[in-house]
Amino acid sequence: MTTTAPTAPAAPATVLPSAPSFLRATGIVFRRQLRIALRNPAWVIIGLVQPVLYLVLFGPLLQPLSASFGVENAYTIFVPGLLVQLGIFGALFAGFGLVAEWRAGVIEAERVTPASRTALLFGRILRDVLQLFAQGLVLIGLGWAFGLRASLGGMLFGLLLTLLLGASCAAASNTLGLITKSEDVLAPVVNSIALPVLLLSGILLPLSLGPTWLQVVGDVMPTKHIVDAIRGAFTGGWGIETLWGSIWSVVIFVILMWVGTRTFRKENA
Amino acid sequence: MVKFEYSSLTNERGSIVIHARGLARSFPTRAGRDKTEVRAVAGVDLDVEAGEIVGFLGPNGAGKTTTLRMLTTLLTPTSGTATVAGYDVASQPGLVRQSIGYVSQSGSTQPEARAGEEVVDHGQLYGIPKAQATARGQELFAQLELDGMWKRAPKAMSGGQRRRLDIAMGLVHDPQLVFLDEPTTGLDPQARANLWSHISQLRNGRGMTVFLTTHYLDEADALCDRVLVIDRGTIVAADTPDALKRQVAGDLVELVVGDRAQVVPAATALSALVPGESAHVDGTTVSLRVPGAGSHLAGLVRELDDAGVALVSVDVRRPTLDDVFLTLTGRSLREDAA
Ligand SMILES: Nc1ncnc2c1ncn2[C@@H]1O[C@H](COP(=O)(O)OP(=O)(O)OP(=O)(O)O)[C@@H](O)[C@H]1O
Ligand SMILES: [Mg+2]
Repeated sequence: MTTTAPTAPAAPATVLPSAPSFLRATGIVFRRQLRIALRNPAWVIIGLVQPVLYLVLFGPLLQPLSASFGVENAYTIFVPGLLVQLGIFGALFAGFGLVAEWRAGVIEAERVTPASRTALLFGRILRDVLQLFAQGLVLIGLGWAFGLRASLGGMLFGLLLTLLLGASCAAASNTLGLITKSEDVLAPVVNSIALPVLLLSGILLPLSLGPTWLQVVGDVMPTKHIVDAIRGAFTGGWGIETLWGSIWSVVIFVILMWVGTRTFRKENA
Repeated sequence: MVKFEYSSLTNERGSIVIHARGLARSFPTRAGRDKTEVRAVAGVDLDVEAGEIVGFLGPNGAGKTTTLRMLTTLLTPTSGTATVAGYDVASQPGLVRQSIGYVSQSGSTQPEARAGEEVVDHGQLYGIPKAQATARGQELFAQLELDGMWKRAPKAMSGGQRRRLDIAMGLVHDPQLVFLDEPTTGLDPQARANLWSHISQLRNGRGMTVFLTTHYLDEADALCDRVLVIDRGTIVAADTPDALKRQVAGDLVELVVGDRAQVVPAATALSALVPGESAHVDGTTVSLRVPGAGSHLAGLVRELDDAGVALVSVDVRRPTLDDVFLTLTGRSLREDAA
């Protein structure tokens, strides 16, 4: 298949219009995705309102438990969990957008241009990361108003881990979308990943409140360590969990980006 | 404006820009429990010269789109080779993509975007500057009768308008070779004629090579220099529309004579034009398919006149591509026969 037939004409000695650089192509895809997303106000509003509702309606229930978490204000524990939830859930649904784009023929039109196919993935992930960043800022700002207290460095570090996780999930979701090309396949897969991750990572309440068996099961979830690392960063408890959480974030990021890049680069995706 | 030097160098006619040998593609499918294979394209050989407009004609499921997707690097062939613009589709896909434009059968626009943005973004992904993409895009909008639609969302455009937007996207970077998969599907007759003349102009003015698929016979006839007829994944004929019609079917010559006594001499004279064939007689009408009838007609009329046969009318009907298709595959392509 890679051998050229002897009768094939030789490549013309010509100057081709240059393909856009990887960064340029990523920028074009990102700008386009962002523009379309921002044009849908519902999408922006829902994205921001959800975490606010959690903070306002669920946060107060946790306040009496502050002491058992070992903090003065429960929001210092709760906001890191919400960050991770946002990171996982928001980004995991990115694949649905990709399936819709596939249906419309957009993906194929982009794949036939000389732009890097990896840029098609990265531009989309950047959009999700930016959204997550904005949501994270709102969440932390609002949490602060409710009494959250943490060091600036701790909050920035927590946000950084969240963004890494969000990028990983966006990569996974876009990859799944490109492979399956079907919402009907994507929905159960996303749900069956998201639910156990949500429950076993101690996102809403720290697992340390629960029985030992639940903690043991939770220890298997990489996301639990990430949640713990972010909580540690917020409460000033830097330690071994910070290290584990960071390692897991990076490992997950590298693996999922690698798989995503490979899938997008494939000729027959 | 960035002018692609590439264009001036490949303009000369005669160089081969698409070259495929034994190109084939199968898809695994499942029928109930059995896993089988659909042989969508079963070994296609084709050569297209620079500056040609070539039509790929065939019924639904013949393998037109699959062939185009292989030639545009969207699909890996199961077997066979192809070079496009001089580059191998398997080992140099990036260079192939840099050299072509493609309009897919199923559209290419995001419903919520803006028409103008779609075109400009697409141009920029081909590496042309924004200003150039905007200028060329607006020019194409005017030529394709999309005036005033620059800011319109594709979801708010009619099907035919959206189709023309797809075509503008495929042409915005001024490719020297363009693949159009059923470009005129959904266009009204006036818009189709306009697109045909636009495509012809691009070829005549810029030397663009056009490879398009269609199942419209009149489109293949009116627009294409050469037609490749594909059926069940194989090319069954390839020639100019005229040559195909001459070669396969012959013109239908129909003579109507004054009275029944003249039918026999008329039939004899007509049959003599095609060795081994005899004319059909229906009342006072005598007919036969005669290859290249135009060159025989004057002699035939003179001969009949000498024999005292009074002709009421002479009718020569050129064969259509549908006659060609019918002869080649035993099936009709005509819309009303589908
Ligand atoms: N992804 C796929 N998976 C399985 N079968 C496919 C796939 N794509 C095409 N086919 C099959 O391959 C054959 C050729 O399809 P193709 O789309 O190339 O036809 P076509 O000539 O473009 O037809 P049309 O005029 O309807 O567009 C069909 O039988 C089709 O069902
Ligand atoms: Mg098709």
